[in-house]
Amino acid sequence: MTMIFGIPLMVLFGQLMLGLINGAFYALLSLGLAVIFGLLRIINFAHGAQYMLGAFAALLGAQYLGLNYWAALIVVPLVVGALGIVVERLLLRRIQHLDHLYGLLLTFGLALIFEGTLVNLFGVSGSSYPIPEALSGGFKLSFMFLPTYRAWVLVAALVVCFGVWFLIERTRLGAYLRAGTENPELVQAFGINVPLMVSLTYGLGVALAAFAGVLAAPLYPVSPTMGSSLLIVVFAVVVIGGMGSILGAILTGLAMGLIEGLTKVFYPEAANTVIFVVMVMVLMLRPAGLFGKEA
Amino acid sequence: MTVVMEQATDRQASAADSPMGEEQLCLRELNAWYGESHVLHGVNMTVRRGELVTLLGRNGAGRSSTLRAIMNMVGRRSGDILIKGQDSMGLAPHRIAHLGVGFCPEERGIFASLSVEENLLLPPLVKSTGHDQGRSQGQGMSLDELYALFPNLHERRTSQGTRLSGGEQQMLALARILRTGADLLLLDEITEGLAPVINQKLAEVLMMLKARGMTIVLVEQNFRFAAPLADRHYLMEHGTILEEISAAELPARHEYLHKVLGV
Repeated sequence: MTMIFGIPLMVLFGQLMLGLINGAFYALLSLGLAVIFGLLRIINFAHGAQYMLGAFAALLGAQYLGLNYWAALIVVPLVVGALGIVVERLLLRRIQHLDHLYGLLLTFGLALIFEGTLVNLFGVSGSSYPIPEALSGGFKLSFMFLPTYRAWVLVAALVVCFGVWFLIERTRLGAYLRAGTENPELVQAFGINVPLMVSLTYGLGVALAAFAGVLAAPLYPVSPTMGSSLLIVVFAVVVIGGMGSILGAILTGLAMGLIEGLTKVFYPEAANTVIFVVMVMVLMLRPAGLFGKEA
Repeated sequence: MTVVMEQATDRQASAADSPMGEEQLCLRELNAWYGESHVLHGVNMTVRRGELVTLLGRNGAGRSSTLRAIMNMVGRRSGDILIKGQDSMGLAPHRIAHLGVGFCPEERGIFASLSVEENLLLPPLVKSTGHDQGRSQGQGMSLDELYALFPNLHERRTSQGTRLSGGEQQMLALARILRTGADLLLLDEITEGLAPVINQKLAEVLMMLKARGMTIVLVEQNFRFAAPLADRHYLMEHGTILEEISAAELPARHEYLHKVLGV
């Protein structure tokens, strides 16, 4: 068997693949956080709960409404995103003139409410969501076995991430968003409906979290607490990448997944902390983050 | 359909109001506050189509606040603001521009994360009160026209907005609202900190716009820039209009203005 640094190649590639999958989720989630932070200046602590709601909506939709995976991939982000818009209209908008800390506290409270409600209804143990028929099985490559669903998750997440990047960096709508991030008052004076843009942006960020949730449902146990543990890591990713940078969020997410995977191969004990170690180093050397603008 | 009818009634109403050319902007007893601080104390002014009017005064006299109050960019307001005969006090900030108003803020407001061309294309097109005066109104200048007017911007169209020099940024800020079709322009300190040769260019552009029938309200510190361009001057102090001075009266009042403005 081929070895590299005393590690079987299959193990190495297997862990790198797992790392890349985790990285794809980090990228999707930190991208949503970055989009929301850019325009609303709110650190959306409900992001993990909204990811969890996505997974739960897919699960419950399948159980009670016969919603299949492919439909869930479209419908769930729309529904959870709409819920996000309601949250923005009814709650976040009322505190937008206050210190940003209030937004953080409010969204944190919302996360607790979403989680608590679902724990009450369904308990903390996870349920499993079946891998869709068309994506079961896998490919036997010369150096590793690649499950089809994992390959699909990677492709879908990357396509969505770069689609959002394109939308924001290369289109007229994105130009409104970028300009609104810099100077919402002036954008408004030019005749653009900024409050509507804020609602839709929050909805987009939340929909991205829900999309990640649906993608995750067949991979991880679907439980009310699945989001909160992930969110802590995602926040570290956002700090490393630099708050508010779109491309930074995506690339850092993928890179951190890979670093985590590599650490699992070479020094498994540190795998759960390596991202935080990187975060500390970045904070010391480049406090604005790798892609952030130095203040 | 409704929009067309509204426009038509607006036009009749405002045309009937004034025989000398319709009122494009009318402020009556305008008061404004930033939080607790009361910045405008009953401003009254009227600007008619095709006029170029300046707001003169020292720093803090309330000139920029007047423009910002018109755009609904201050905290609280009271009084009346009529834009082309339409009451705009109840309108959300993003609706004001669509009455055909273009605003150029004092800090120029060039977006750093947008290229020059993205900055130019950012403001949506707005309607203007389509009176035909030799040229079809309601459509702004095209990109080609703007690049012909400001060749520097064409050269730098792909660079980031804030990589431009101060003069280029000002030209971009002005060009940006000319594309939208706005025919009532509110310009705040456009000559501030710029070289004389650039001010000369800006003066030429303003003359050209005036000749095209645009209505311009100019907040200006640089009296020598404003004097030859303006039809009338409003002298502001302590958030209110101290005096209105016509272009004809200006030579006689030169000494006085120099004293009041401290220039």
